Amino acid sequence: MQIGPQTVVSRSLVPLLAVCSAASMLLTLWLIFVYVPTDRVQGVVQRIFYVHVPLAMMTFLAFGVTAVASAAYLWSRNPKYDHCAHASAEVGLLFCSLVLITGPIWAKPIWGTWWTWDARLTTTLILWLIYAGYLMLRSLTMHSEQGARYAAVLGIVGALDIPIINRSVYWWRTIHPAVLVTREGGTGLTDPRMQLTLLCSVLAFFFLFAWLLWLRYRQAVLEARMTALWAAQRIPR
Amino acid sequence: MIPLLRKEFLIEWRAREALATALLTGLLLLVVLSFAFDPTSPLRREAAPGAFWVTVVFSGVLAIGRSFVADRENDCLQGLLLAPLDRGTIFLAKVFAQTAFLLAAQLLLVPLFIVFFDLPLSAHLLPWLLALVLVGVGLSAAGILLAAIAVQTRAKEILLPLLLVPLAVPLLLAGLRVSQRAFAGKPLGEAVAWLHLAVGFDVIVLVVGWLLFEYVVED
Repeated sequence: MQIGPQTVVSRSLVPLLAVCSAASMLLTLWLIFVYVPTDRVQGVVQRIFYVHVPLAMMTFLAFGVTAVASAAYLWSRNPKYDHCAHASAEVGLLFCSLVLITGPIWAKPIWGTWWTWDARLTTTLILWLIYAGYLMLRSLTMHSEQGARYAAVLGIVGALDIPIINRSVYWWRTIHPAVLVTREGGTGLTDPRMQLTLLCSVLAFFFLFAWLLWLRYRQAVLEARMTALWAAQRIPR
Repeated sequence: MIPLLRKEFLIEWRAREALATALLTGLLLLVVLSFAFDPTSPLRREAAPGAFWVTVVFSGVLAIGRSFVADRENDCLQGLLLAPLDRGTIFLAKVFAQTAFLLAAQLLLVPLFIVFFDLPLSAHLLPWLLALVLVGVGLSAAGILLAAIAVQTRAKEILLPLLLVPLAVPLLLAGLRVSQRAFAGKPLGEAVAWLHLAVGFDVIVLVVGWLLFEYVVED
């Protein structure tokens, strides 16, 4: 895989995103634990919502980036899109895992059960399985042009399948009545302080996502460049 | 297209690999699942649709996993790619052949299934068979695309189920819901939406596979 020196991997973006992410994360922590009022019905456990929801949003963003970058790679064959898709899938899977961990912590006191086969939960779990398979495929086809194409195909197919999966698991639980019908989306955040906290938190997690994505992307580009240099040295032209 | 299909059927006729794989693993799964549910329990009939579709999906995945093995021997796939053919056509031919093999195996499994799970013969067979066809097409289409990928990696036997089964969840659920009504002797009713969903899945996967297959077999 050839990486030209023209590939831009700005170094200055890394500390910038790190500072933004750290500052907004500290602010968000303060907002969550000190500023925002406790939910009257759900109590203190509702505060995990400000971590859970932004993580879920960033998970979808990350897998969306993977799909778009995969399509861009097949279109242009520029390896930088491949690195971008790979990096985004990794960060996305990390966030998706955190969503699946923070969700049950909230669900146990509120729903009385760690897990229920609600449409959203099921979709997230299947999403996790698809992208775990995606990363497994990547690790099996180490840094080859062929592996990049395979991953791109899977990245596109996986993303296109998500709406169908979502529809099917939604019907699956709604044709038979669900045990629990209450959802956090139904309550709505009416208090402006809650809305502010959620907004800040989304922003903080966005910075965190961008930072991790850029770090991982930059590392992948540098790694590919080093491999190319290594190969050039070993095999004299 | 016709010569491609002829090639697939000829290979299958001579080796009977896909059919034997799907049929024998399917039979094995049915027997194991029969042990899993108490034969005297009335809940057995409730568990029947689940047992059937798990059998269909897993035996199908194993059969699809073999679909590119013959093509890789002696670089046969290479020769196929050198022919002046659209890659999408190769994909479609493989999907249709694979679907036919899966359906043939499943049609042989259906009577065994009725016997093992003591299903009433009044069960509405037609929607059940329709669901089988739709699931067969979708599973083969997604499976062929992913098998072409998996066969090139080190862990080919493991990778295909890991990639295919999560993607095929909508098909599994559709088949499950349709046959639950069928086994209960009820008309399809609102479950017809599941057949629509399966058709939608099939169309999307066929189109996407037809478009993306050339990127998979490029080299």
